[in-house]
Amino acid sequence: MSQNTMNLKLKIWRQKGASTPGKMVDYTLNGVNPEMSFLEMMDVLNQQLIEAGEEPVAFDHDCREGICGMCSMFINGRAHGPMTGTTTCQLHMRHFKDGDTITIEPWRSAAFPVIKDLSVDRSSFDRIIQAGGYVSVNTGAAPDANAIPIPKEDADSAFDAATCIGCGACVATCKNASAMLFVSAKVSQLALLPQGAPERQERALRMVEQMDKEGFGNCTNTGACEVECPKGISIENIARMNREFLRASLVKKKKKAGMAAS
Amino acid sequence: MSVLNSNIPKGPLAEKWQNHKNSIRLVNPANKRNLDVIVVGTGLAGASAAASLGEMGYNVKAFCFQDSPRRAHSIAAQGGINAAKNYRNDGDSVYRLFYDTIKGGDYRSREANVHRLAEVSVNIIDQCVAQGVPFAREYGGLLDNRSFGGVQVSRTFYAKGQTGQQLLLGAYSALSRQVAAGQVKLYSRHEMMNLVMVDGKARGIIARNLVTGEIERHSAHAVLLCTGGYGNVFYLSTNAMGSNVTATWKAHKKGAFFGNPCFTQIHPTCIPVSGDYQSKLTLMSESLRNDGRIWVPKAKDDKRKPVDIPEEERDYYLERRYPAFGNLVPRDVASRAAKERCDAGYGVGQSKMAVYLDYASAIERYGKAEANKQRLPNADKATILKLGKQVVAAKYGNLFEMYEKITGDNPYETPMRIYPAVHYTMGGLWVDYNLMSNLDGLFVLGEANFSDHGANRLGASALMQGLADGYFVVPYTLGNYLADDIRTGPISTEAPEFEQAEKEVTDTMDRLMSIKGDKTVDYFHKALGKIMWDKCGMARNEQGLKEAISEIKALREAFWKEVRVPGDKNEFNPELEKACRVADFLELGELMCYDALNRNESCGGHFREEYQTEEGEALRDDENYTYVAAWEYKESGEPVLHKETLEFENVKPTTRSYK
Repeated sequence: MSQNTMNLKLKIWRQKGASTPGKMVDYTLNGVNPEMSFLEMMDVLNQQLIEAGEEPVAFDHDCREGICGMCSMFINGRAHGPMTGTTTCQLHMRHFKDGDTITIEPWRSAAFPVIKDLSVDRSSFDRIIQAGGYVSVNTGAAPDANAIPIPKEDADSAFDAATCIGCGACVATCKNASAMLFVSAKVSQLALLPQGAPERQERALRMVEQMDKEGFGNCTNTGACEVECPKGISIENIARMNREFLRASLVKKKKKAGMAAS
Repeated sequence: MSVLNSNIPKGPLAEKWQNHKNSIRLVNPANKRNLDVIVVGTGLAGASAAASLGEMGYNVKAFCFQDSPRRAHSIAAQGGINAAKNYRNDGDSVYRLFYDTIKGGDYRSREANVHRLAEVSVNIIDQCVAQGVPFAREYGGLLDNRSFGGVQVSRTFYAKGQTGQQLLLGAYSALSRQVAAGQVKLYSRHEMMNLVMVDGKARGIIARNLVTGEIERHSAHAVLLCTGGYGNVFYLSTNAMGSNVTATWKAHKKGAFFGNPCFTQIHPTCIPVSGDYQSKLTLMSESLRNDGRIWVPKAKDDKRKPVDIPEEERDYYLERRYPAFGNLVPRDVASRAAKERCDAGYGVGQSKMAVYLDYASAIERYGKAEANKQRLPNADKATILKLGKQVVAAKYGNLFEMYEKITGDNPYETPMRIYPAVHYTMGGLWVDYNLMSNLDGLFVLGEANFSDHGANRLGASALMQGLADGYFVVPYTLGNYLADDIRTGPISTEAPEFEQAEKEVTDTMDRLMSIKGDKTVDYFHKALGKIMWDKCGMARNEQGLKEAISEIKALREAFWKEVRVPGDKNEFNPELEKACRVADFLELGELMCYDALNRNESCGGHFREEYQTEEGEALRDDENYTYVAAWEYKESGEPVLHKETLEFENVKPTTRSYK
């Protein structure tokens, strides 16, 4: 079991705040145990920096088990690092070699401004959900849970879309910084369920509108988001959202035209 | 002697909640517009409460330290949520869910609260489905259930291994809708640093904007703490890195009593510690014990690979000690048995602090059954194993994958190594039936309160309690309290009490920043965790607890002399956040030891080595300890104990046996 420890060279993005320019800074970290997680490696670096009287590297993290979506590093040019289906917190150092140079950057997107070092502000995602990512049902107003049967296939597809952790890897990896995978996952989940049906048109229109307002780019179907998504959210959702949006736009136009004619 | 009034409504158990709802006071919609409510924490309890109160018309301010309310640690719950729907026609009922929860808690919880929890459990499932939570369904389109944690019915609703995630995203969507409607104002990346009491009532909080470092005053007519548990006092736990006790601890220091702080749940199946750099522990779902067999080698220090150790040289200690329940004994029993074997020197792996969870025989068993199903009577061993692995992958694939990601070992080929880890805290701030603490206007919901799980929580009950408190209890009981406040008007943040509370916060931070010692915050947190785990963990004794109390005192003193907090207080400074949290853990740990020392019995997750049967099982003392220990903070000297006697009118306490 016992493996040799590794010596690494780290190139890390350091930026004091949103309005100050940042730069890559080199660090050497010796004695890295391959059993460590990537974030534990960062912990060790930070402990050494603090003890040396330097500023530790700020980065976001919380659950460290791949579900909260808080961790967000761009490692060697890939969102969440080299392994597929893995968040940074679940990436382990055994996937690196002694002597490796590792480049670590924050998510880069105009809609995700840097707060400090590797931490970015993703509140734009919250505002997109606030624009319509819900079913308008008040507490206490619900019918019995089994009142509406839902085909298992639909429920499973809705679940697959709903597993999005809102980390933003899709945006970080997209050359256009598009948030289409994130937005479409929520639009799809609710479009696939009868509970979401009454508001589906309004929802698609409003969420897309907010997405554009936040400054995310357009989708040009490169599919990079699907590859880098740690939860394997499918780009089929984007196609579904495009249909939802188109249909909603047409209905809205017709309604307007109808009103003008009458 | 008691200053505690649980305010349990009169009348028969099954009618208490309905009668209470019928008789409590209401606030009319016009007046709700003039009332402000602060909700701290946006997990299941906080998000559901904030959303529901916003819908009702209150002005809500919701705070979370994460960058989004969707990231609260409820998101990580795996297994499921219980509800007495009886969709299986297997005899489930509100009474049975109530009974199982009381018994599971080893008769240290309040009957009336637990019955209410069971009653509203059914509404939770309805509400979540209406929100679009994609629960698992059967081919007929109706909801599926599974069995969980030692009960005899199937009442657990689930969404694969991500039930907590789906429920939280449902509550988050309801919350987001109220944010859009202007009913809830959201403060993410904000940490509550102090509670503000004005004229004996909770009237606000001091919060720190974690991005700018700015200290803010927020006032309200009531404050709801929904800030989760304090398992991170042990440093290593299955909690998120940021989970902390600060909000409830500051309230405790302002006079709120802390209930049963020593009741901690240690979960038996977690991935073991691999080195001193370890930052957190990962849970492997309880469901794995359905098919896996747990063992250690019969010989000490056996260096062979597990697959090379023959059957007769393995000790399946749970099957040996508990033939009736075997590998499916409750969490507290399974955890203690693993510790006993490792302490005796039979542990496995590099650290010797792990046991094997073996799927080899399950793979073979399922393989044979599958071969029969596929009409392959003469299937060779390789085919049987291949088929068996397919069946196991369908049932547990995602968990096996997670194990491999973390350890690099393939659990289809070699047994998993597991060890118990801190997972949940049953203790928390003391609350009455209305979920209000002994401080007027301070309500405490979810894991942050002590109320429903006694000395041991059953699986799939934490999600149920969080949502019950937020969706279906506090919307009623808060109105009853606020009915007195309709003429109060806005609460000014200029009051001297706000000034004072803010000063306490800035003084503490200035002191921390000025120490400039040579040890990191993590150094102290790890040292505290080690004391707690060794002396106030799975097994406790009088001597160890007394040692722990003095060791924690010394550690706390060293912390305030030697800690180094880099950076500045007026900026984004994660190390300062940690330092403030660890300062509070260093005080809480001591209280937990006092509580464990006071409770001269073993019950649920609290195992005092002096109080056990000859076979090493927990020995409860109902005559002397059928009470909630509610501790009052004292600036100097020892904490003061208040007792709330627990009355069992409907269920008779018995000894739990799993042999």
